[in-house]
Amino acid sequence: MGRHLLRRLAIGLPTLFIVVTLSFYMMRLAPGGPFDQERPIPPEILRNIQEAYHLDEPLWRQYLRYLGGVVRGDFGPSYRTKDFTVNELLAEGAPASFTVGGLAVLLALALGLAAGITAALRQNSWIDYSVMSLAMVGIAIPSFVMAPMLILLFAVHLGWLPAGGWGNGALPFLILPVVSLALPQVARVARLSRGAMIEQLHANYVRTARAKGLREQLVVLRHALPGAMLPVVSYLGPMTAALLTGSVVIETIFSIPGIGRYFVQSALNRDYTVVMGVVIVYAAMIILLNLAVDLVYGLLDPKVRHD
Amino acid sequence: MAMQAHADLLAQAGEVEGRSLWQDARRRLFRNKAAVVSMVILLLILVGAVLAPWLSPHPFDEVYWDRIGMPPDYANAHWFGTDNNGRDLFVRVLYGARVSLAVGFAATLVSLAIGVIYGAMSGFLGGKVDEAMMRLVDILYSLPFMFFVIILMVVFGRNIILLFIALGAVEWLTMARIVRGQTLSVKRKEFIEAAHAAGVSNWRIVLRHVIPNVLGPVVVYVTLTVPEVIMTESFLSFLGLGVQEPYTSWGVLISEGAGQMESAPWMLIYPALFLGVTLFCFNFIGDGLRDALDPKDR
Repeated sequence: MGRHLLRRLAIGLPTLFIVVTLSFYMMRLAPGGPFDQERPIPPEILRNIQEAYHLDEPLWRQYLRYLGGVVRGDFGPSYRTKDFTVNELLAEGAPASFTVGGLAVLLALALGLAAGITAALRQNSWIDYSVMSLAMVGIAIPSFVMAPMLILLFAVHLGWLPAGGWGNGALPFLILPVVSLALPQVARVARLSRGAMIEQLHANYVRTARAKGLREQLVVLRHALPGAMLPVVSYLGPMTAALLTGSVVIETIFSIPGIGRYFVQSALNRDYTVVMGVVIVYAAMIILLNLAVDLVYGLLDPKVRHD
Repeated sequence: MAMQAHADLLAQAGEVEGRSLWQDARRRLFRNKAAVVSMVILLLILVGAVLAPWLSPHPFDEVYWDRIGMPPDYANAHWFGTDNNGRDLFVRVLYGARVSLAVGFAATLVSLAIGVIYGAMSGFLGGKVDEAMMRLVDILYSLPFMFFVIILMVVFGRNIILLFIALGAVEWLTMARIVRGQTLSVKRKEFIEAAHAAGVSNWRIVLRHVIPNVLGPVVVYVTLTVPEVIMTESFLSFLGLGVQEPYTSWGVLISEGAGQMESAPWMLIYPALFLGVTLFCFNFIGDGLRDALDPKDR
């Protein structure tokens, strides 16, 4: 277990390093810079700007300077949003992004597990078939299709919920973005947990638990469920990555002032530092979550715990 | 492009025919109604995409100034209506199918090539090399790849060939893991030992003896990768980073439709329907193949 975690940590740091390096050099390969404008800036002024941002130094110096900043938790100034540092921009967008993302994770887990386990307990019944068909629909319809459809139905036709905006995170504004972001993941979690639960219910130790006369409720909750959680837990890493990526689109569709919405805009504007900041924050979150997943995995699976 | 990619896939399938395992699997696959229906629908969409210019009287980029944003109109043969620039939506959806399917198949082929060779080498060589190669895959796994793809598309412009390669390069990781796992179990078999004894080189053993024997799970994963790639391409197009006008893809159409959904819902519904049905079909075929190739069922 300890060794396992150590190995994860040992992968995490180089990964982060690669992310920083890759995104730095990829952004710099781009033709065009952050100060390109319709009307060219006089050369003296351009030189002054570049000097202020150290853009006149050789690339490797800039890279080292940036790397040093990142190590100290400083992502530098934004080139396009004047007078703002990347840290400030990220801090501004973070609450909205994390509210939507966190609620989507919770919804995906709660609804997905409930549906998957119910389906497994009633295997081959109409409940099972309808849950699995719905899950198929959820997987086949990406969130950027689901979101406009939901807006069309609930905001335009029925008028129950707002079609977009943030409203300082009030509940009605949260429902549609969270649901459309979570639905594909609900479907995946449901399929995973159904499969795992069916396997567990046929396992020998579950038969033993039944044979010694335990109540069905206990057999399911205490014996079958922890084993059935394993594949779901290990899916948490890829799920976060998918949710983060999806949030870029969801934040755009619903005009939520989050980090994801900055990303595409900044990439198009060549605002190097903002783009890199977002990528690094997202990568760090994925790595941290994988670490947490490993911890939980160890708690659930004795085979890993005693390794 | 789609046909070419498809033909390549078919050629590969042809190579492994004649084995009882594959005949067995095929029989079981054809007994799966959902999978068969999916194959028929996909075939129809594919044929529609290829024959697009002959299926509608309208060219895909012709602008009808007097028919802008019209709902489905059978008198003028605008079966799906027209878009905001007065172009026929039916023919544009079929042209979008060309791009979406081509990207799906081509990027999957790229990921197939990289993943199979990488995974087979790693599993076959074993030991320290395997350890290092798989560690690299672990690291790449935790990169937020979609963001790099987005940066790439921004940096190098919306280049469709680059899109194939970028998406293929993202999708090969899982393929490599699957193939490595399979290779580990195959490489202890007697026929590999026999090949070693006969003095066959490592490369030839991997290509001729290992890879053909790990194809089962790979085929299943391929049918699941194609919809994944199609979805990713649509995602990029939705963000405005996909193919460029006047060409189109389902993602572009959906994105345009989403902007008009209150006044012109058909512009969203038809492309979304095509994308959804296609993804559905691939998933059903993948599930069917998995059941058909599952040794536990035999």
